[in-house]
Amino acid sequence: MRQLFDSDTWREIFQSIGKNRLRTFLTMLGVFIGIYIYIALSGAAKGLDNGFEKEFETVARNSMFIWAQTTSKPYAGFKTGRRIQLKLQDAEELRRQVPEIETLAPRNVSGVFGSSPGVITRGIKSGNYSVFGDFPEFTKIATKKIYDGGRFINDEDIKQERKVCVIGERTQKELFDVEENPIGGYLEIEDVSFQVVGVHKFSGGGPFDNDSDIFIPFTTYKKIYNTGDNVAWFTIAAYDDADVIKVEQDIKANLRRIHKVDPEDEKAIGSFNLGEQFKKIFGFSNGLTFLSLIVGIATILAGVIGIGNILLISVKERTKELGVRRALGATPTEVRNQILIEALFLTLLAGIIGIIMGALTLKGIDVFTQDVDLPYTNPTVPIPYVIGSLLLMVILGVLIGLIPAQRAVSIKPIDALREE
Amino acid sequence: MIEIKDLHKSYKMGSNSLHVLKGINFSVEEGELVAIMGSSGSGKSTLLNILGMLDELDEGSYTLDNVAIKNLNETKAAQYRNKFLGFVFQSFNLINYKSAVENVALPLYYQRVGRKERQEKALKYLEQVGLKEWATHLPSELSGGQKQRVAIARAMAAEPKVLLADEPTGALDSTTSYEVMDLIQKINDAGNTILVVTHEEDIAQMCKRIVHLKDGVIVEDKKVEQVRASQYV
Ligand SMILES: Nc1ncnc2c1ncn2[C@@H]1O[C@H](COP(=O)(O)OP(=O)(O)OP(=O)(O)O)[C@@H](O)[C@H]1O
Ligand SMILES: [Mg+2]
Repeated sequence: MRQLFDSDTWREIFQSIGKNRLRTFLTMLGVFIGIYIYIALSGAAKGLDNGFEKEFETVARNSMFIWAQTTSKPYAGFKTGRRIQLKLQDAEELRRQVPEIETLAPRNVSGVFGSSPGVITRGIKSGNYSVFGDFPEFTKIATKKIYDGGRFINDEDIKQERKVCVIGERTQKELFDVEENPIGGYLEIEDVSFQVVGVHKFSGGGPFDNDSDIFIPFTTYKKIYNTGDNVAWFTIAAYDDADVIKVEQDIKANLRRIHKVDPEDEKAIGSFNLGEQFKKIFGFSNGLTFLSLIVGIATILAGVIGIGNILLISVKERTKELGVRRALGATPTEVRNQILIEALFLTLLAGIIGIIMGALTLKGIDVFTQDVDLPYTNPTVPIPYVIGSLLLMVILGVLIGLIPAQRAVSIKPIDALREE
Repeated sequence: MIEIKDLHKSYKMGSNSLHVLKGINFSVEEGELVAIMGSSGSGKSTLLNILGMLDELDEGSYTLDNVAIKNLNETKAAQYRNKFLGFVFQSFNLINYKSAVENVALPLYYQRVGRKERQEKALKYLEQVGLKEWATHLPSELSGGQKQRVAIARAMAAEPKVLLADEPTGALDSTTSYEVMDLIQKINDAGNTILVVTHEEDIAQMCKRIVHLKDGVIVEDKKVEQVRASQYV
């Protein structure tokens, strides 16, 4: 310990590593490359991770969409090819039967899936837009950024079947003047007058999203389009810890039961499991993080072993010098510590340079990809990982340094002096 | 100062054993300047290395400055070497990437003398061997004689009780050898105890006592009239 904090020790070490620059450089190269690869790779993985996260930040991770189609098998007296219609009551049943469901939002739409779009007029302006009938729960699954002063559909809207709507940015642009405040303004959907209560910001990424849509309360939709209790599809979010694939299967099984569909009929109920897709995507970046960890640790290990090797050679080369030092009164501990500190110092120095270069590279990639449309944001390596890798290097550096250090003192001073 | 009794030493090489020192009895008083002579392989270096605690004896006893040197571990031996002994080698053994003054300061470093004091002392000893101007030069920039004088300064810097020199002039021409012997005589004049291993009769004559080794025993031990080296310089 005394030796570690003694400026003379360091002077000695700088002298001995400085006298053979090439050897020092080669010694450090391995560890440098190891830590550099680790930082650059895991930072890039993190960047991808962040990028995907940002891309899909508006949609609940473990969400899915369930809709009904036609049967492909006869069952319980029904012929094949029967059209199944989801009902509002199904929602109640599903909530009861599948406890993993956190949020369930029945939705209706006109304007997508082949149905004719809603005709919206405002004074002399008019256009075709997708009109959605929605519950407030929908925003829990796919968050809608509502511009200041506005709001999404709420429970009162549903209860009172209010004629209110939330419009998209493009709808606003097309139906309202630039300086006009759309909130409180009126427009006509299928000749019924609706008041605008909010404008939502367009955020790409979520499926079925576009910026020319209009949201109205589910109950109001039902009346205007005369859809009764029909539901076009369910948007469902499961709890974070739930297994999305199992939840999806449970839901579909329940719907088959409710609608008297053959349990084996895979065609009758359609679904798109966003959670599963997310799992794949994040699985990829997790895999990359893991890979970089493995590659990084392996290369650091190889680098440290390289340091040990070169120090071993260096100790052999310096046998005579170390013999002289011992003749002059260096104790074995002092000699051993000198070699150890040398190993540690070289490892750490190489590691820190590697970390700095790795961070600079990440920064460079970040700047470079700023204007490129890639799911790649803010590539950073968590500080604990950096500290962890430094710690790993310290431990490995000391352990590997022990070998040449022990070697340096295992030889008797007289034999060391005789060495030519 | 030095007292050895019935000292034996053999080297083991595989199953063979080479009995090099076969019962040496020998003592040195403070302030003596002793030459150890003998043919090649007679065990001179072996004896000196044992005296220098660089090697261990097999049998017998060794007392240095009233301290029994026995069963020392390497740490203790290192400390004793540092405190009691100075070494001068035939091949100088300077550290090649350290300047003259840094080489001289090295034993002081292991004595944990502070940097400033170390530097001052090292310069003082370099001055005594006449190489103050060469303080910042690397060994590769010095002549053989100069290197040996740096080595002597280094051996003296720790102010040892005994200076052990194994053929200090062995690698030098005669003029340079006399310069080195002149230095050794002066150090001895100052009261230091010195043992010099040598092959050369003229170098031995510059000491005050000559010990002859043959086949592992002392065959002759005589006081001589010291020839001053300064007259040849
Ligand atoms: N480490 C060793 N292992 C085995 N044998 C050794 C070792 N060191 C010395 N010897 C042998 O011991 C004998 C004495 O060696 P030593 O070096 O003491 O002789 P010396 O008198 O100093 O000779 P020189 O004048 O050539 O230096 C020699 O025969 C030598 O070969
Ligand atoms: Mg010899």
